[in-house]
Amino acid sequence: MSDTARHIPDRLQSPALKAFKSWETLLLAVAIAIFVTNSFLSPYFLNAWNLSDATFNFTEKAMIAFAMALLIIAGEIDLSVASIIALASTAMGAALQLDVGTWGLVAVGLGTGVLCGAFNGLMVTGLGLPSIVVTIGTMSLFRGISYIVLGDQGFRGYPSDFSFFGQGYVWWVISFEFVLFAGLAVLYYILLHRTNFGRAVYAIGNNPTGALFSGIRVARVKFILFLLTGLMAGVAAVCLTSRLGSTRPTIALGWELEVVTMVVLGGVNILGGSGSIPGVVIAAFVMGLVTFGLGLLNVPGIVMSIFIGCLLIGVIALPRLWTMWRA
Amino acid sequence: MIRYVKSREALLVGVILALIALIASRFPAFILPSNLVNVFTDTSPLIILAVGQAIVILTRCIDLSVAANLALTGMVCAMLNVAYPGLPIPVIIAVALMLGAVLGAINGILVWKLTIPPIVVTLGTLTIYRGIIFVISDGAWVNAHEMSAAFTGFPRAEILGLPVLAWLAILTAIIFFIVIARTPLGRAFYAVGGNPHAAVYAGINVGKTQFWAFVLSGTLAGLTGYLWVARYSVAYVDIAKGFELEVVAACVIGGIAIAGGAGTIMGAILGAIFLGIIKNALPVVGISPFWQLAISGAAIVIAVAFNARAGRAKGRIILKRAEAEAQA
Repeated sequence: MSDTARHIPDRLQSPALKAFKSWETLLLAVAIAIFVTNSFLSPYFLNAWNLSDATFNFTEKAMIAFAMALLIIAGEIDLSVASIIALASTAMGAALQLDVGTWGLVAVGLGTGVLCGAFNGLMVTGLGLPSIVVTIGTMSLFRGISYIVLGDQGFRGYPSDFSFFGQGYVWWVISFEFVLFAGLAVLYYILLHRTNFGRAVYAIGNNPTGALFSGIRVARVKFILFLLTGLMAGVAAVCLTSRLGSTRPTIALGWELEVVTMVVLGGVNILGGSGSIPGVVIAAFVMGLVTFGLGLLNVPGIVMSIFIGCLLIGVIALPRLWTMWRA
Repeated sequence: MIRYVKSREALLVGVILALIALIASRFPAFILPSNLVNVFTDTSPLIILAVGQAIVILTRCIDLSVAANLALTGMVCAMLNVAYPGLPIPVIIAVALMLGAVLGAINGILVWKLTIPPIVVTLGTLTIYRGIIFVISDGAWVNAHEMSAAFTGFPRAEILGLPVLAWLAILTAIIFFIVIARTPLGRAFYAVGGNPHAAVYAGINVGKTQFWAFVLSGTLAGLTGYLWVARYSVAYVDIAKGFELEVVAACVIGGIAIAGGAGTIMGAILGAIFLGIIKNALPVVGISPFWQLAISGAAIVIAVAFNARAGRAKGRIILKRAEAEAQA
């Protein structure tokens, strides 16, 4: 933050010490603390099936959070993800009325997500508009289309093999969703931390003009990131629709907030330029464990949302308070 | 003169008149003075909130917590009225204004002192404020029969044929028109949004100016909270849920640049009136109210695309050429 001359250290920190002092380590400690507290507070917590159920609290949101993390690192944001879920789910419901099979439904869900992401991406990169406003607009627009189609009705009656995506188990207590979540985590880790594309994402977030001068196709990278975010919202829509077994226009209402909270809690700088996928993964577990633990203690959902709101502001405010206090 | 004709405000007035003419050609009853008064009164909360939001957006911030602030203040006012039915209305209005200001100041402090991005702050406080309503009310509703007649009657009382609610919207518009155009603070809002670095050199405290923008927006949201609850005679956790988007839509349609520093209070008010007319015309024209969300969403997207032409950042020429070639 400060513009004063940065001193050059005599010796670099050892990688082990650096890792120990990182945000991810702190977050991991918090996750473990929550896990231990939960198991003391509720006798029902330490149970393989209960813990497996707990993962459903965050897997769908975390899938979107991976793509959102890249988008935020690149200095953009997508607030329309929850509405994309609603629209994709509605499209799947509409396809169901036309007797489309299970794989057709999945294709419709993913396709709708990609189309919505492409729309956001075109508005932002093609017309050069700020992504906050565009996606606040499309947030109303996408869910609004859902309302036009459904009104106060809902779609139900999805085929029985469609329920595998949200309710199926791969092995014992390991659900399909959890495997998908883990697989996507690895894919996004490679994409962000091990490819040229990932370096470009950081470069754009730190200095878009500099990135452009370095030969990075800024607009194209951003467009791809919006596509990915839309696609992930589509994946989440398939899982959520399959898990709930029905579609209503209010599906996934307010999820954009939880996804952004997850990303920020994971140590991604909301102003862009820094962050990591492992951080987001741990943040997903923290949020999942907290909401599940509070749920076991019979805390109502809306009170949990107070907690999430405080978490969102707190994780950004505390490090700043800490540096102010030390200064 | 030509400047006024070509302005965003003139364009909006034209669009609004055309819209009214279009509706009236099919449904003449829509332009009866009594109906137009109804439409304006119905739009008044949106106008008051849009004025506050416009100021916040002018300073390069955004306040997504206005609807939650409104709902929380409204619930507190309603519960006060139930607990102390004899409390005079001016006291309740004072409570609403002060509580709204405090909730706005919390946003403002976080933005000013901790330099947290406004969108994150207000997304957070939006859920926190809504959650607090649930905690203080225990999820219960405050219904019409529990409120005193004076409490619910105030916004509906008519002066010169217009309800108090409508007069308050007009009064807010006038006051803030003067604040923006005739006070140093008003100029500071534009300066901070237009170029924060230059504003610092001009001796303006950027964070503090943004803080005041949030306080003003919060105060107006608090006032609207009481008016809303009194007008609809009900208070519960979810009142005005998602209304913040409509407020932002009104500002964007009214030509308030989301990058800050450009736009007028009049534009925001016209944007609110435009949305209000659409909202009230839908049932008259026979379109399902479920269309409304999509229409305001489409209006935001179209308006912001429209704004982009005027407010596009002028980069270095060399960059633009390189960019054009890269895309070709």
